[in-house]
Amino acid sequence: MLSMGAMAGLSMGSISCTRDAVEEFLQKHFREMTEEEKKQVIRRLEAKYLKKYGKEFHISTQPADTGVLWGYGLDLSRCIGCRRCVYACVKENNQSRINPQLQWIRVIRLKKGSLINLENAEHYYNPETVPEPGFMYMPVQCQQCENPPCVRVCPVKATWTERDGIVVVDYDWCIGCRYCVAACPYKGRVFNWAEPNIPSAELNTGVHYLGNRPRMKNVVEKCTFCIQRVRQGRYPACVEICPTGTRKFGNLLDPNSEIRYLIENKRVFRLKEDFNTEPKFYYFFSA
Amino acid sequence: MKIILLLLSLITIGFGLPASAAQHDDYPVSSPPLSEGIFPCSNCHAGLEVNTRKRELKDEHTSIKLRHAEQERWCLDCHNAGDRDKLKLADGENINFTESYRLCGQCHGNIYNDWKAGIHGKRIGYFKGGKRTYFLCVNCHNPHDPKFKPIKPESPPIRPEATHAR
Repeated sequence: MLSMGAMAGLSMGSISCTRDAVEEFLQKHFREMTEEEKKQVIRRLEAKYLKKYGKEFHISTQPADTGVLWGYGLDLSRCIGCRRCVYACVKENNQSRINPQLQWIRVIRLKKGSLINLENAEHYYNPETVPEPGFMYMPVQCQQCENPPCVRVCPVKATWTERDGIVVVDYDWCIGCRYCVAACPYKGRVFNWAEPNIPSAELNTGVHYLGNRPRMKNVVEKCTFCIQRVRQGRYPACVEICPTGTRKFGNLLDPNSEIRYLIENKRVFRLKEDFNTEPKFYYFFSA
Repeated sequence: MKIILLLLSLITIGFGLPASAAQHDDYPVSSPPLSEGIFPCSNCHAGLEVNTRKRELKDEHTSIKLRHAEQERWCLDCHNAGDRDKLKLADGENINFTESYRLCGQCHGNIYNDWKAGIHGKRIGYFKGGKRTYFLCVNCHNPHDPKFKPIKPESPPIRPEATHAR
């Protein structure tokens, strides 16, 4: 490991020697920060975003509650493949709109009767109207695995599972190696190949440090179950937008939650269960 | 305490109501999607004679095409001739439009159970510690024609080869 002095020197020499740049370079791993250090980082980031986007951001670092393990349910007998969720997510979570286009939800179309044949899934489908006869639709996003291969492969521990089960990324710690992208069997992670591109007017300024705060070029990002919303007790954006009520969300540790009801009462499966990734994302059939 | 509450609620909603009305759970439902200016129905219906004959409506409500077991039923099976501003359950109980899920639940029992558990339908807002809204059946399904109509999908993702020419 480089000593602190050497790192600071490197920063001075090659980047710039403003105080913010030095602080940014010396920023600790999020999980090693004290509350005071977190506050300092948030102040710096809010100032940086104000300068960059001309908007006041409110960056939360709200930690996970105890007794909470988030789980998601998706009703395959209701999804019509309209992609409303994809764009609600993009908007809520400040994904880059175009060049590069980043989306955390991928809706795949499958022939009825060959649900398990994911090799023939199509996600560029574009008919006049959906649903199309003979097809069914399956939105796929981060499955928030209990045993996440993406976390295991990260060489710098920039991604980890929070106590409430959400797999998060510290964008300031990510080095952009994309091992996690390769390791994820669900294509749940996407990479900023270029500087993200979001119209300033469309920025969502209510953000979480580990979630939808604006990202930069060369970092990986992913679905966090809308960490900025669910930790406040709000439903994720994709749940709220869905016109067919396909998407369900709740606390797996609460026996009265919606998610527990569906797991106990409906036909449920988890995607690629044989990989032993233990997803907390349950596909189910209500009808 | 419960008895006092029950009595109070009976006083507020009127004495004539059957006691069973107070037994039903309250859900934080959204407003029923009534067309603008159409409610209260009694505004127009108060002065109209009740015609119990099943027929095609030619003067008013012409946009309603009943495609919901239309052979078996018509308006006054759910709407209430006695009190136009209420709906009517099969057992004769009058209910508000905000309780219409009970009416739908008479036939669609399994769906009703799922709806009560939050598995069918949609809930938005705060699931914990804040205001939440449960969509009524009729917020998504047109009660006169409940089957979902196909809709236009949002655009597919851009193919990588479209932005990164070889």
